[in-house]
This record gives sequence, C-alpha cells and structure tokens, in this order.
Amino acid sequence: MLTNSLEAAVAQRQVAPDRAQAGEQVVSVRSLRKRYGNHEAVRGIELEVRRGEIFAFLGPNGAGKTTTVEILEGFRHASDGSVEVLGADPWHARSSWRERIGIVLQESEAEPGLTVRECLQLYAGYYRAPREVRETLALVGLEEQAEQRASALSGGQRRRLDVALALIGDPELIFLDEPTTGFDPSARRAAWELIAGLRELGKTVFLTTHYMEEAELLADRIAIIANGEIVAEGTPQTLGGRQLAGAQITFAPPRGTALAELPATIAARAEQEPSGRVLLPSVTVAADLHALSGWALDRGLELDELEVRRPTLEDVYLELTTTNDPTRS
Amino acid sequence: MVRPSAASRGPVALLAHQVRFDVLASLRNPRARFFTFFFPIVLLVIFTGVFGHGNTTIDGVHVKLSRFYVPGILALSTVVASYANLVISIATLRESGVLKRRRATPVAPALLIAGQAIATVVIVAIMGTLLLVIGKLAYGVGMAPAALATIACTTVVATLAFSCVGYAVSGLIGSPDAAQPIVQATTLPLWFISGVFIPTTNLSSSLRTVGSLFPVEHLSSALQLASVHSSFSGAISASDLLALAAWGFAAAAFAAWRFSWLPSTQRADA
Repeated sequence: MLTNSLEAAVAQRQVAPDRAQAGEQVVSVRSLRKRYGNHEAVRGIELEVRRGEIFAFLGPNGAGKTTTVEILEGFRHASDGSVEVLGADPWHARSSWRERIGIVLQESEAEPGLTVRECLQLYAGYYRAPREVRETLALVGLEEQAEQRASALSGGQRRRLDVALALIGDPELIFLDEPTTGFDPSARRAAWELIAGLRELGKTVFLTTHYMEEAELLADRIAIIANGEIVAEGTPQTLGGRQLAGAQITFAPPRGTALAELPATIAARAEQEPSGRVLLPSVTVAADLHALSGWALDRGLELDELEVRRPTLEDVYLELTTTNDPTRS
Repeated sequence: MVRPSAASRGPVALLAHQVRFDVLASLRNPRARFFTFFFPIVLLVIFTGVFGHGNTTIDGVHVKLSRFYVPGILALSTVVASYANLVISIATLRESGVLKRRRATPVAPALLIAGQAIATVVIVAIMGTLLLVIGKLAYGVGMAPAALATIACTTVVATLAFSCVGYAVSGLIGSPDAAQPIVQATTLPLWFISGVFIPTTNLSSSLRTVGSLFPVEHLSSALQLASVHSSFSGAISASDLLALAAWGFAAAAFAAWRFSWLPSTQRADA
C-alpha cells in the first residue's frame, strides 16, 4: 500500500510543474485527425506531455478521448497529423518501445484461471527487466489477495491488479484510461492515492477521465476535449481562466421593488428569475456589492438571500463541453 | 538474487513461459475440464458399453467395435481440446479485453499464438494418454509401438491444424455467447458422419463424401487405421495427414487476414 496520504501526494504536485517544465517531451501530438468513414472523431488536436508529469485528458463520452489514447498506445493509426510517444510513432513502434510503456485499459478482465500472483508472474515474463512481483503487489496493496483467483477480486481490487500489470514492466509512461469509472467514493479515493503515488516513482502518467474532480486533484496539467477538439488546456490553477474570473451575485429584491428601481449600472445587467430572485453577472464584485448595499441602505431595505458565487472548475468543464457539443443545444 | 525474466532469456524461454501459464489456465477452466476430459471418457464408456461387442471392418481388418471407438473418441477429444476450446476461449479473452492487454506488452503476437497452440498439444497429449490407457485396461484395446508413434504424430498435426481452424473461426464470432452454439453446430453433425460415433462403412456413400470434405473424418480415419496396424508404414496415412495440414494452412491464412486482438466493439478501423 502506498504510505503517503492523498493530501501529501497532492501537495507534492505544487513543486512538480517546475520539474515538468524542464523535462523532455514524452508525448507530442501535432494536428492529429482521426476519421471513421464520414465521422471525424478527432479534429486536429495538439498535445504535449513532459516527463514526470501527470497529464489529465478530460472529456465527456464520445468526445474523442479513447480514440486519441488508442492512437497514442499504438492500437489505432492516425488519419492525419503526427504522433510521437517516447520518440517513436506508436503505430510502427517495436517491442522495445512497448517495454517502456504501461497501459491500463478501460475495460479488461483478469487472466482467467490464474491467481493475482500468477497474473503478475505471467506479465513479468514478457519484459526484459521487470519489477519484482512481490514489491509490485505491495505497491498496489494486493499482498493479501496474492493467492486469490484474479477473477474473484472486487471491482476496485481488479483495477489495482490492472495497474500492477501495467507497472510490472517498470515503464516510463503509463496510460490510465478512465481508471475510476463506476467506482464508489471510497474505491475512487483509494485509486487516486495509487495514481498520485505513481508520481513518486517518477512515472509519466497520461490519465483520461470524465471527472473534473479527478483531474483537478491529480493532474499537473489538464486538456479538455469536446467534440474532437481541445477546448481548454492549462494547470488546475489556470484552466478556464476567463470563465473563472466572472462571479454571479444573486439576491431577492425587497418586496414591491421593480428591477428598474435598482441603480442604473446594475439594472442594465441584471435579470430576474420567475421566482423573483435577481441574477447579476459580475466581474467587479466589490464595486457591484458596494452600489447594491448603498442603494439598499439609503432606502432602509434588506437584501434577502444575497449570495456571491464563483464557478468551480466543474462548472467551467460543463460549460466548455456542452457549448461545444452540436448534439446538445 | 532475482531470476532473469523469461523474455531476457530468449524466445524459447519466453515460449515455455507462455505455454506453462496457458496449460495452467486451461487445466483450471471448469468448462474445458468438462468438455476436454470428462465428456470424452463418458462417451467412450457409453459407446463401448452399448456397441462394443459388435464388429466392424477397418482397412479390411475385422475388429470389435471397441477398437473402433478408442481412436474415434481420441479424435473427438483432440478436436474438442483444440478447435472447440480455442474458439470459445479466444472469443472470451478477446471480448473481455485480455488479448488487447497482452498485445500491449512487448511480447510478439506470434509467440502468444504459438504458446497457445503448444499448450493445446500438451493438453491433448495428457488426454490422449489417458484415453489409450483406459482403452487398454478397461477394454483390452492395445496398440503396437509403431501404431502409438503414428497416433502421436497424427494427433500433433491434427491439434495444430484444428488450433488454426479455431483461430480462424473465433475471428468470425462477435460475442462469447455465440461461441458455444457455433462450436456445437460445427462439430455435432460431424461426429456422426466422420467415423467418430458410427463407422463410415455404415453410412451412405453421399454422407461419406460429405464427411470426407471436413477434417474430422481425416483425423478419425487416420487414427483408426493406425490402431489396426503394427508397422509404421502400414499405420501412417499420408493422405489424411495432408488433408489435415491443408485445412491448417488454409485456416492459418484466413486467421492472419481476419484475426483481431481488439474486442469487436472497438474494431472500427482494424
């Protein structure tokens, strides 16, 4: 079991971006396109992942995430553009290239008939310089299950085995395709600890997910794909900068007050909901609040339910991925 | 000191490594255990128990039917262990993502396929020995050493050929649920017209012709020929071996063209 707590591992990230900036490029994607018949699943995306970072590739189902990852893993070939992973084109890469990557697939069951230990022994045999089986079992916290049939593991344990199988070759780069989809909250948290711990091993991690929370917590950098295009890219701190800058002030106006009676600068931007609450998008929150409260004090009124709300990354993500989706209006 | 990995000790060590785990997985699979080991023995007991005292003619030699059924059931057991077992297990492994995950490792695809084929030979060798021992001890069906050598040679060729057919057919199947019925539909009629359940001499000439188009008949007839001869040259059937090999090569070519490591739902551009 990884001994670090999730918080400690996340805190460690604060120093990581500098290290990552300096690092060499491990994944480099230029103008990548992928067509299936008339449908273009990936429409000219650019990606860069540097050594030692956890890179989160985020997007809703059907956005082109898995297609992109499978191109990077060498399972599909690009229709157009250039892809380089660990200095090679994955589609033409050789066995020596596969020695250096580890893959946790979105859906894969255990090797039938084998115990957890035997699964790892089998895969260890495929690599020239594998990690030790015992140590790898300890790393993912499956020591107690070592002699159990792999097919008898719980969902969370099965995922740990998948991670162990991806780690057994001691790869430099690990792909994790939606590692926590379908997990309950405690299994998800355990998986996050495991992923955060990969950073300590010095691995580069390419993580796909459709949970913003997961990306925000684990990743050094995040790219969001929607409808085959990258719609945002940055660190968890800078992602969606413009969208995050705006806040929304809401309040219930005093009874019998019309919108037009509010200060002119505010009335022009405000909107009233059917419930009567007033919504005011604001980029100058202090000034707007000052004007609003001054107006209320002058009239001896109270502003009920006054609230200032800033969007979360989750809101930004939802906005970015829905506004760019032509199937939704 | 950690032992060097199989891959670092060369392709032969890696192949042995793969065979070892494939045999282990196969022996632990309840379905494979039932159909490969239990089922043929039950059939042998039933057929020899019911018809064993009758007589038939193999290659002009007049014998008891028990001498017909031991090699016949051995043929069935070989086909079940190779063809039937591989069709079902490969379709299952592919659709559950296991093949894809193996493919994501540095191991060569040809080595994975060879490992599975050789593991099947090992399983067939275990089962064949068991059937021959039961035949000898329970029914007094002994074989001359030359006949045993011929049987060994024929079953190895047949196992490899039927493994290729298994790989070819598994590529046509979209879901593991479809694998079992397809296996039954493609094997059950052949047991009746290929000299496994009924001597081909009892069949109409048109059914005999249909039977000889398929590989099962060539396997059972080669094994039955061996069982009544005591010299290698008398026991070996070159034409049957050639027919089996031809099926194997054709199936291998088809599989090379059609086989996929990815689940069928992910094969949009394979």
